[in-house]
Amino acid sequence: MHVIPAVALEHVDFGYAPGRRVLEDVSLEVREGEFVAIAGPNGGGKTTLVRIVLGLERPASGTALLYGEPAHRFSRRRTLGYLAQRAELGGDAPATVREVVAAGRLACAGLVGPLRRRDRELVAEAIARVGLEEVADAPLRTLSGGMQQRAFIAKALAGEPSVLVLDEPTTGVDVESQESLAALLDRLHSELGVTILYVSHEFGAVERFVQRLVLVRRGIVFDGPPRELPHVWHDPSHAHA
Amino acid sequence: MLELEFMRLALAAGAIVGVLAPAVGFFLVQRRQSLIGDGIGHVAFAGVAAGILLDVSPVLTALVAAVLGGVAIEALRSRGGTAGDQALALVFYTGIAAGVVLVSSAGALDVGLFQYLFGSILTVTRGDLLLIAILGAIGLATIGLLYRALAGAIVDEEGARVAGVPIERLNVTVAVLAAVTVALSMRVVGILLVAALMVLPVIAAGRVAWSMRSTLLLSMAIGLGSALAGLTISYYADLPPGGTIVLVAAGSFAVLAAARPLRAPA
Repeated sequence: MHVIPAVALEHVDFGYAPGRRVLEDVSLEVREGEFVAIAGPNGGGKTTLVRIVLGLERPASGTALLYGEPAHRFSRRRTLGYLAQRAELGGDAPATVREVVAAGRLACAGLVGPLRRRDRELVAEAIARVGLEEVADAPLRTLSGGMQQRAFIAKALAGEPSVLVLDEPTTGVDVESQESLAALLDRLHSELGVTILYVSHEFGAVERFVQRLVLVRRGIVFDGPPRELPHVWHDPSHAHA
Repeated sequence: MLELEFMRLALAAGAIVGVLAPAVGFFLVQRRQSLIGDGIGHVAFAGVAAGILLDVSPVLTALVAAVLGGVAIEALRSRGGTAGDQALALVFYTGIAAGVVLVSSAGALDVGLFQYLFGSILTVTRGDLLLIAILGAIGLATIGLLYRALAGAIVDEEGARVAGVPIERLNVTVAVLAAVTVALSMRVVGILLVAALMVLPVIAAGRVAWSMRSTLLLSMAIGLGSALAGLTISYYADLPPGGTIVLVAAGSFAVLAAARPLRAPA
């Protein structure tokens, strides 16, 4: 029996301006429950690729499907969790970790009125999963970069996503925090069975956890287990990769 | 002071606007759109001029113009591919230019116009107060009901959009709330100072607040305090009420900026 993949891109082309292709003939299939790293040089099209996967951009040609539905018209959007590149607080207010994570329940809990008890419990669970219970009521901006990223991951988890997309989650985060973030994602992946797309120009921290590594440089130049990656490509951010 | 009915009406109108303006301004400041109230105010000026020209209630025409202006800024920003400050500039200057042309056509460059430009809270009637109370209550109830959604959209707009939250509708709601607030606040502080009452208490509250919710509540308290204190000072010192209210709000920023941040209650 053919199982519908979580993500399916077929012969996708995309450009932000005419004549300037960012992605060319990209085909990619991600099965439900996979943990996939999407790597490649800066400007190689990684972020564009996941924006197409999430339906935020529409391909110039080709198809982008989420669970068999066109990504831009996906009917179960609340099952998508997204941590955007350089995720930071949208406002200037001193939002606490709990307030940030509670925003993750917005799509599930409806827009009107306060959160119900079950929603508040899910928020507390998400905070606990990323190990931020001690600082749950502290303003986010008083925490380290790594802790802030954990809070945003907890926000994405609070929505109980089936697909979690993290775009450069370790930018500006020290190596130790990168390692602990990777271990956290590995644990979440095995405990929750979430499909994870992890975008980064440096994938060293997650290399031992991911099942697949996809290198993007306008097209897909490698797709397979990290151990099969040719040695010369081990630093995909290099200009001559 | 309280034995005078015009002061009682002024204090009541000032209290409502003093609470509502920062409550709406909170969402503008957090979205880094602090000057949107000014832009809408200039469109409201065109509305006032149209009202005078057509011999219709200027508050009503200002309300309609302000709502249209607020929605236009949001539409230009989100769909027209125009940067936020450019969208604001477009609406801002179009509004003031239309106002100048309409005022000139109506031959209305007189005291009647100045009460909208600089405020005339001491001339608020019972009918005005009723309108301010009804629209103010609707505005505050909307914020109360949608607070979580509006705040969540501020925290991470892109993430909320991916999860299917109707961000555009929430943004239009904020624009309409801002427009209603501008139209209501015209009589209290005047078109030229209306944005100040929406923004200054929020900036002041941000100096000492410990969370988004505390920022909102503190800014409403500062707005209320500024309106009541400003009116009282203006009564005894014989100063213009609108300007005095805004100066008190600015003073609260100076005081709180020097204070140490408060901590969340244990």
